[in-house]
Formats: sequence, C-alpha cells, structure tokens
Amino acid sequence: MAIRTRTIALLVGAVVVIGGGGIAGRMLFLPGPLDFAGGTRVALADYKAPSPVGVPAELANASLIEKGRYLTDAADCRACHTAKGGTPFAGGRPFKLPFGTLYTPNITPDKATGIGNWTDAQFLRAVHQGISADGTRLYPAFPYASYSLMPDGDVLAIKAYLFSLQPVRQANLPNSFTFPYNQRWLMGFWGYFFNKDKRFEAIAERSPEWNRGAYLVEGPAHCGECHTPRTLAQAMNTRQKFAGGAAEGWNAYNITGDRTTGIGAWSKPEIEAYLSTGHANGRGVASGPMREAVDLSFSKLTKGDIAAIATYLQTIPPIHSARLGAPAAFAAASHAQGPTDNPIGKRVFEQACVSCHAWSGKGALVADAQLTAKKAVGDPTAANVALMVLQGTVPQTAGRPYMPGFAHSYSDTEIAAVANYVTARFGTMPSKIAPKEVGKLRAE
Amino acid sequence: MLELSINGEAHRAEVTADVPLLWVLRDVLGMTGTKFGCGIAQCGACTVHLDGQPVRSCQLPVGLVGARKITTVEGVGATPAGAAVQKAWLDLDVIQCGYCQSGQIMSAAALIAATPAPTDADIDAAMAGNICRCGTYVRIREGIKKAAAEHHA
Amino acid sequence: MNAAAPTRRQLLHGIAAGGFVLAVGLAGGQLAVAGDSAHAAAFAPDAFIRIGTDGATTLIMPQVEMGQGIYTTLAMLIAEELDADLATVTLAEAPPSDALYGNPLFKVQMTGGSTSVRAYFVPMRKAGAAARAMLVQAAAARWNVDPATCTTESGQVHHAASSRSIGYGAVAGAAARLKPPAEPMLKDPKAFRLVGKPHRRLDTAHKVDGSLQYGIDAMPEGVKFATLCASPVLGGKVAHVDDSQAKALPGVRQIIVLDDIVAVVGDHMWAAKQGLDALAITWNDGANAAVSTETLWQGLQAAAAQPGIAVTKGAVVDPNAEGVVSAYYEIPALAHAPMEPMNCTVHVKPGACELWVGTQVSTMAQGIAAKVLGLPPEAVTLNNHLIGGGFGRRLEVDMVEKAVRVAQKVDGPVKVVWTREEDIQKARYRSIYGSWLRAKLDQGKLVAWEHKVVGPAVIARFLPPAFTGGIDPDAIDGAVETPYALPNPATRYVRHEPVGIETCFWRGVGPNNNVFSTECFVDLLANKAGKDPLDYRRSLTDPKGRARHVLDLAAEKAGWGTPLPARSGRGICLQFAFGSYLATIAEVAVADDGTVRVQRLVTAVDCGVTVNPDGVVAQIQGGHVFGLSAVLHQQITLEKGRVQQSNFHDYRVLRIDEMPQIEVHLVPSGEAPGGIGEPGTVSVQPAVANAVYAATGMQLTRMPIDPNLIARKA
Ligand code: FES
Ligand code: FES
Repeated sequence: MAIRTRTIALLVGAVVVIGGGGIAGRMLFLPGPLDFAGGTRVALADYKAPSPVGVPAELANASLIEKGRYLTDAADCRACHTAKGGTPFAGGRPFKLPFGTLYTPNITPDKATGIGNWTDAQFLRAVHQGISADGTRLYPAFPYASYSLMPDGDVLAIKAYLFSLQPVRQANLPNSFTFPYNQRWLMGFWGYFFNKDKRFEAIAERSPEWNRGAYLVEGPAHCGECHTPRTLAQAMNTRQKFAGGAAEGWNAYNITGDRTTGIGAWSKPEIEAYLSTGHANGRGVASGPMREAVDLSFSKLTKGDIAAIATYLQTIPPIHSARLGAPAAFAAASHAQGPTDNPIGKRVFEQACVSCHAWSGKGALVADAQLTAKKAVGDPTAANVALMVLQGTVPQTAGRPYMPGFAHSYSDTEIAAVANYVTARFGTMPSKIAPKEVGKLRAE
Repeated sequence: MLELSINGEAHRAEVTADVPLLWVLRDVLGMTGTKFGCGIAQCGACTVHLDGQPVRSCQLPVGLVGARKITTVEGVGATPAGAAVQKAWLDLDVIQCGYCQSGQIMSAAALIAATPAPTDADIDAAMAGNICRCGTYVRIREGIKKAAAEHHA
Repeated sequence: MNAAAPTRRQLLHGIAAGGFVLAVGLAGGQLAVAGDSAHAAAFAPDAFIRIGTDGATTLIMPQVEMGQGIYTTLAMLIAEELDADLATVTLAEAPPSDALYGNPLFKVQMTGGSTSVRAYFVPMRKAGAAARAMLVQAAAARWNVDPATCTTESGQVHHAASSRSIGYGAVAGAAARLKPPAEPMLKDPKAFRLVGKPHRRLDTAHKVDGSLQYGIDAMPEGVKFATLCASPVLGGKVAHVDDSQAKALPGVRQIIVLDDIVAVVGDHMWAAKQGLDALAITWNDGANAAVSTETLWQGLQAAAAQPGIAVTKGAVVDPNAEGVVSAYYEIPALAHAPMEPMNCTVHVKPGACELWVGTQVSTMAQGIAAKVLGLPPEAVTLNNHLIGGGFGRRLEVDMVEKAVRVAQKVDGPVKVVWTREEDIQKARYRSIYGSWLRAKLDQGKLVAWEHKVVGPAVIARFLPPAFTGGIDPDAIDGAVETPYALPNPATRYVRHEPVGIETCFWRGVGPNNNVFSTECFVDLLANKAGKDPLDYRRSLTDPKGRARHVLDLAAEKAGWGTPLPARSGRGICLQFAFGSYLATIAEVAVADDGTVRVQRLVTAVDCGVTVNPDGVVAQIQGGHVFGLSAVLHQQITLEKGRVQQSNFHDYRVLRIDEMPQIEVHLVPSGEAPGGIGEPGTVSVQPAVANAVYAATGMQLTRMPIDPNLIARKA
C-alpha cells in the first residue's frame, strides 16, 4: 500500500530540525534497498541474464498496453487511485491523516481533470521524483521513493495503459491540509534526502529469479512502504528493513526471515499461496490493505513472478520483533478454559465469532478461519484484530468464505473487549486495546 | 460426483466443491429440515453435525466435508442426545414458529452430548450463535437442562 | 427422511366450502394422511369442521400459524364445544376465501393485530357446539332417545341410561343431513375441559425433526431456484445489466431482467446467488436517491409542527402556560427480519397459477398473483404453509408479486428465495413515528393532557375501509384509551408518510409508539411532580380497575422500591392495548460506557379469559425478546436512499446470552379475551427506557438506546 497514516507532522518537524541544526547523518543517510545483499551491482544495460525488469516472459510478445496493464497491476495503482464504488483510476479515495484528508488524484486520460495532457517527461518526473506536471511537489504518500527504481520503459508502459482507458471527467478533491502541512515545497527536502531517484541495478552473484523478485518487491510492489518502519523523518528505515510498519491503522507485520515474528518459518509455497490467494494455511489471511494488494495486484501476477518474490523475500535478513508474540498452540476446545477476566469480550466472541473460528481457534469450518498462530493475534496492540472485527473482509474471489464487519452493531467497548479476548485466548501477548483506540480505528 | 454420508446413509450429489453444504442438502438432495437464515454464519439456522461437532452448513463448502459423517435434524433423533432434546422441546413447548429450531436442536444436542450438566455459561457459549426471532430463549435454556438431566440420568 | 412426507397436501372435499381445501395436515403429534374417501361423505356442518365416516376429524384453521400457537388455541376452542379428541384431530390450513374465512374483525382473511382469539373466541366455539348438537341429534334419533339425555366426550356420543356409545364417524352421515341449530348452546365456562388449562401445542411435533415444510421448503416436481435483487433505492429502475460473467457460471440457468428487479435462476440457490453477485447492474436511482436517515427524521419533525386532526375532544394545551411539561419522543424504522427469509414458489401455467408460500393474508396473496397474471383469483391455487416468523412482514404480499413476475418468465415451477441481505434492505419497514406530549401540572396534579401522534396511515393502504375521517385507527391505538384517568385529553393525529421507504405493520403496531411515548412521559411527569413512578401511576388509575391490579401485582413481584446498586434502575410500563392489560417492570444496569444490560423483566398480564395459559406466557416471553432487540440494538438507517444494514451482523437480534430473567404472572380473569401476540413487544420498550431513566437520570427520547447519551462522563 502506498499510503499510510504516516505522520507528516513529524516529517515537517524533522525537516525543520534538520535544516536548523543538522542531526545525525544516520538519519539522513540510510542504506539502499539492496545493500543487505552485498555483491556486485550491474546496471541493467550490462546485465546479461534475463532482464529482472519489464514484464514476465509470458507477455514478451504482448502489446505495449497489455504490458502496461501488467505493470500497473504490479504497481497496484488502482487501489489508491479509485474511490470506494468509484470508477477505477479516477481518484478520489480519501486517506485520513492526522492533519487533514488527502484525496488521490484522477489518473485517467481526461484532459481537464485527469492526466490526459501529461507528456512522457512529465509522467516520468512524477513517478521518479514526486513532482507533478505543474511543478508542485507530491506528498510521499505516493511511493515515488520506490517507484524511482522502475526504468523509463516500465513507467511509460504504465502510462500507455492508463492512456488507453476511457477518460473520466472527475475533478480532483482538494486536500484539507492546513499550514504548515500544505507547504508542498517542503517535500523537496524530503525527496532530496530520501529518494535516491536511481533505477534498479541487478546483483551479479544472485540468480535471475532473485533479481526479478528484488525488482518487483522494491520497485513496483513497494512492499517496504508499509512493511519497513519509518524514521522520525518518515523515511523507510532500511536498517530495520521489512521488520514491520503500518498502513491505514493496520500493522504491516514483520516479513523478514525471523522464524517466530517474521516469515522465516514459512515455506516458499506458503508465501506464494499467501500472495496469490490471500491465505496460507495456518500462517495468515490477508486483511485490510494487504487484502487489497492481493486482490488487485499479487493475484494478477504470473506464477513465475510470485515465485520470484518469494525467493527474494526468503533472503531478507531476520530481525526479531520484540513487540510481537510468538505463535501460540491451539486454545482449549471448551469455552470454560481461557481468559476469565473479560466477560464482555467472551460474550461477543460467543455471539458473533465462535461459529466460524471455534473456541480452539482452529477454525470451525475452513482453514481461513484459523486464528491461532496468526500474526494479528500475537500483536499486543490488537490493532489488526480490532480493524478486522470493525471492517471484516470481503475477498473479490467469489465463493470463498468471508467475514462481515461489525462496526455498526457493536460498541467501541465491545470491540475492544473482543479484540483483547482474542489476543488473550489465541496469542501469547495479550493486548489491552482501549475503547478510545477502537474509536480512532473506526474512523480509518 | 460427491459422496456424502448423511444420517448414516450414503448420498451422491453432482455439484461443484465450492457449493455450501446447506444448499446441497436443501436444494440438491431435498432435505429441507436444515434451514437458511443468513448465509453468513451469524444465525445458526443451518447447523448440522460433522462427526458430532456442530457446524454452520451455510459456510461450509461441500468439498471440504470429505468422509466426515453428516447428521442433520432429520437424523438427529436417532442419537440419544438428539432424542432427549427433541423430547424436552416438546415437553416444555419450546417451539414457536420453529424455523430456527432445527439449528437450535442441533446445537443443543451437540452440547448435551459433550456436557453432562451444562451450566448457564456452557449454554451461552454453545447457543449464542443461534438466533431465535420468536424469542424462545427462556425455554431453550430450560429445555437443555431438562434434556441433559434425562440424557445423562 | 420420513416415509410419509408430512406436508403432502391433502385434498379434503370441503362441502360447505364449495371447493377444495388444500391442507397442510397436522394431527395431534402424528400427521394423518387422511383418506379422501372418508371425507367425501363427511360431515361438514360449516367451514371449519370435517368429520369422516371413520371418525377422522379435521379442523380447518382460518388463522395462520406463525409461531403464536393459534392452531392449538383455535383447535382447543372448537374441540371444547365439539368434545373432540385433540390428540387425534388433523388441522388443515384454510383455503383463500374472505367469505368463509375472513377475520370477523377485518372481514378479510388475515392473521394479525393480536386479534385471533378476540375475533374467534365465540365463532369457533359456536362452530363446535353446532356440530356437536347435530351429532348428538343424529345419535339420539338412531337410539330413539331424547338428545338432552346424551352426553359427549372424546369424539363419542354416550347415552348413560342405556350404556350406549357411538363414535362421531358412525353418525356423521346422518348428522350431515340435519339443519345446523341457529343459536347453538355454548358450555358454561365452569364446564370447560380444555379452555383455560395449559395444553401442548399441536403444531410442533414436525418442527423437532425437520419434517414440517415451510413455504421455503416447497419442492414441486421440477422446481428451479431463483434469487433476486430489487433496486437498492425505493422506486429505482434497472439501467443496465452486464451478464457476461454470470452467464458463464456453473449452474446458472437464466437471467431475468425486469423493470425494477433482476433475478437469476439456477440449479440451486447457491448457483443463483453466485450468478446474481456476478452481474454488474447499474441502477437509475430515481427520486429517492438523496433520502437519508436525517431526511427521514427531518420530515417527521416538520410534520410534527402541524396541528393534525382531533381524535378526541379535549382542548390542546398551551405550551407556554405555567406548569406545562412537554416532550417529543421518536421511534426508528425497523425491519422484521423473520427467521424464514422472504420466499414464494410459483408455477405459472397457461391460464392458471399455483403458489406455495407462507402468508398472513391468503386472499391478498392469491389476488396479487391473479392481478399480475391477468387471471381471475380462482385460477390461482394457493398452498399456504406454516410460517417461519411473520411479525407483520407476511401481511404484505410484495414477495408474492415479485416472485410471480419472475416466474412469468420461467418455464416450470420456480422457487424465489430472497437472501437475508435482500430481506433487510428491500423490505417494507416499521415506520419512524413521533409523539408530542404535553401536560399541565397544578401542584403536581395532572390537569390537562395532549398527545399528538405523527406517523403514517398504513391502514389507508392496507385496509382502506378502516381508514375513515383521515384517522388511522392503528396509529392512534394506545393513545386514546389509556389505563389512566386523564383529564379530558386532547389526542391529535398528523398523518406523515415518510419519503423513501415503504411502511407496514410490525409486531406491536401502533401502540409501540403510543405506549412508549405515553409511558416515558408519565415517568417524566412523575419526576416533575416529585413522585415515585409507581405511586404516580397508582394515583392515575382506578383502585378497583384491572390496570391497577396488574400494576400492583407486577410491582410486588418485582420488589419495587427495594434498593439497587448505583447506575441500576427499575422502570414501569403500564398499558392497555389489544384488549389486554399489562404491567411490565424492567430492571437494568447501565455500565460506565452506557451499555445497558437488562437483568430482569417482570410482567403481570390480564388478558381476560385465557384459552391456553402456557401459550400466553410463551407469547409474552417472545414478545419481550422481540421488543428488547428493538430497544437495545435495532434501527434501519439510510444513506443515499439505501438501507445501510444488511444481515444479522449489523441488524442485531437479541441472543440467548443477553437474556434477562423473565417472569410472567397471569391474572385469572373472566373478562372477554384480549390479544397477546403484540403487548409483550410493546411494554418492554418503555419499561427498559424508564429503567434507564431511573438508573441514570437521563430520559432518552429516541429509540434505540444510544449508549453515548448515558455514558458516564469521564
Ligand atoms: S444460515 Fe448459516 S448461520 Fe445463518
Ligand atoms: S421459533 Fe421462530 S425463530 Fe425461533
């Protein structure tokens, strides 16, 4: 996901501080995305093996527009640039940030309200540098720090696809930011330090599959934007690469090689299944923004590309998340054993949850419904559990079980209670989420 | 062609694996005792037993049933717990419109089969997933206690 | 599966009915597949009783069974006078006929409004008594004795002096040739064997083993399955349907696009539903696209400013006069959400049509199908089924109309089943209502009273002859006749039809609004007068009256006045509606965050003569649960013309683990019977609201309870 409730408040503050006194270079000079891998960097032009960029072999002979469609899916442009129930790519999706609401712009080729008048150069500058056609700076909610790894050819293929769409006349909604957050020029500083604006380079010692995975993960799929924690200046803290970040109130969990809190114990087929279907038995179910990423992006990628992503992810150095519990064993099959200090949570669970999830957490009906060992139930913030209860999940893949959202029928107290009950019953680090926090998540 | 064991009999159904068991029972096999109420596992009307465990058939793809034995309300009377529940239900006149009661009886039978003397908390835990719009809960609670007492006597 | 499919429709030749009786037969515990030949020569003295030469007795039920136990009650009434053996009778659903089976109170064949016992208490007994007299006369003639010396019991005539007995079947043929007595003698209530004593229900044996078939279970030969989607905005139309994906799905057979409905026919419901989900439907929302909950409330409030029509003669109260207390109360729109989702199975044939459905209004269901198809009503055969929950929803026939329109396009029988989402989002709803109350207190004494009721006139659409003088008698029910001695009350009615939703009756009907508002207002007055709510009510009731009696009984049983913990409270509702007196006392605990837990409900009931006391208790218990769901959890809200709730996860129904302790105390009474299906739903709402008032000091004026308003401020 490209956009998260990152605190640009902090960002602006940090930039000011940096400008004023100059804080540690550590903060400004972060490792590059592939630095962990070592080896010899090879510019794409000099890389002899099958190219890690562009479209997979299956689409080698496809039209530019077809290629562009694939890359647009890989970059998941649709998720952010579509309002709920709105026309794809016509923008208008709101992202609530602490200092106002940001609305994504219309990127259909409408000349008046979309990007129909943009030149190739303008489009490249936007995607690589975060500068709009009219010269204004884009907020880094738009993940250009990742997209800048994409070579011109890939970016222009996306443009070709977008320009093949029906233009939609839909004016962009103004962001409701107040001073100083509306000072877009400040973003220039940010880009200067945190967007290297350098295209992808392969690593000679690694396999072509690994390099393909690296490109997809770091570039178009922009995984780190959510899964890497942010520094005070809101840059991806690549020293903590993939150790867990946040998106729209959800925690984006550790996807490093750590065996208990990352995905080090997941098999390659499990990672592949998770990405392409949103579910890996006993491992996790994609929810919230990740569900969108699966539905709109990963599920559309070829098997080969998914395998490449998995191959690459399996090489991310492990980092242990101390604030995430290790997976628990299955809970007791009887309601009578388990947390006893949370009658409200238990009541909601027995009313609305147990039919599918079972008292054991194994899932009463389908594997998707297993709670035990899921990262969310080991998360003592309980944010994802609470959000799941509030919003539910409706996969686009027809016929699969889904979970309804309970926001309209249970109070903040009840949802906080059931979230705490779930983490206590099925996890190893019970949570204490408060009704107030649920109220905030409700607004997401 | 799927093979299913329902109430001790083998049944065949020509359906895709994704069809929920509820609709295979009702619309394909014509066993209409199992009811549709919500389709999202929130009302319990569709409850059946899989190897004795109560499950919501509206959310169970038939392809996942496998060799597990299905018991429906049409067959639960052949189990001692099911018969005890049916009797208590009639003795106490638990039922009003009856539409939810297939599911209530299946949940209750599974409960008393596993729990000799269910407490109120046991009853809440086992029955809160079954909605009764007619509001027969007072008697459901009494019925379970009576059935359990007779069943485990 | 049971060998004898218990719901096989039996053709009972109804001689008096002049046609067929299509019966869903139920016999005391056992389903009798009655031999048709026995019935061909049967004794059929009226529209309700059939006795075969083998003694097999079938009682035709003019009211539908939807859980309220009416089959048992009506059968008890007939059997009481007929002296039939209830353990062996078969109960059969009446065919559509207003002339034969019209509800005496409405003249239309309809079950609703807590009228069944009130309307049928005497007619059913007369039917039984007349039939009995004829059977006795036939037996006496055969024995050549005086009929007055014969007695009857369990389907037999006895002559004690000669120790002779004969079964009803043996004299059925002879009895059929006799003239029914004009005014049959009814039993002295002291001689009742059945009436007033708890009796096991007669309709439940097939409900415990899944063999009873509701409308949704109808399976005519070759039936296909369909589900449908109506416009999400009331009055909207289909603009465009892209069916390219749906067509390709396994099991999808037909896609039907009508003006305002899209339906998919499949091999089973799942295929139909998957097909419907895969359709890309664009709607023209039409005029109601901007309707929202806010516009609904605003419309109601605007209407509340009108003077309205005077229902009673009292003078309106000047709101600015000294000692005047005013309050405005509102109740939200609600869905019925009966457990059996809306459905109707239809087979359209050339020049004819057959329906399988559970309906509270047989002739209306038949009529709407006939109208859609341009057929005379007789060309429509109705198989009415026992109902999986009515609550007023099945007084409407929109589900029949839609199903017939779909079935017109389908070859062979088709079962149209609504998803629960469709059931909640495209329903007819309990309307929003408002009530303005004003009273003048003179040193705490009530000296003037005004009640202005604002709400739709459902009756104007439903039963036009009952809508006279611009007044909907249901809308004001409970506002005119109260349990209190009010000083020359001024009751007014403002008709307001909400824009953007269709309204209909909902369990408890008009009194839901009027008793809620009145009883909350009485608590407010008590508070202003500095009186205890019980004492205040006592001061307004006749010490010898039935209202006072139930009030005192409930107060005593509930332990009124005994101390409760902080933020707990008791609240009273005293009501007179549907001919019954009820006092309900609720006990609640309000958590710091405003969550209300109802701990206990104590209700005292005087509903006159009770036919089946245990059935009365069951109806009060169930009615309380129905009302609790409304007061604690439910409301239908709209945005952009669309209903926002969709299923039981967001339209919450009370569950077993939220149940209070419920106690029901019946007052023995010889008065005329009152209704009992609705009152329990009505009374629990103000009782809980008043208990919350007592617990928090905050009177809530709009339902459902909003915890934010009563949360303890941090
Ligand atoms: S229909 Fe399955 S739980 Fe409601
Ligand atoms: S008995 Fe009618 S819904 Fe339960």
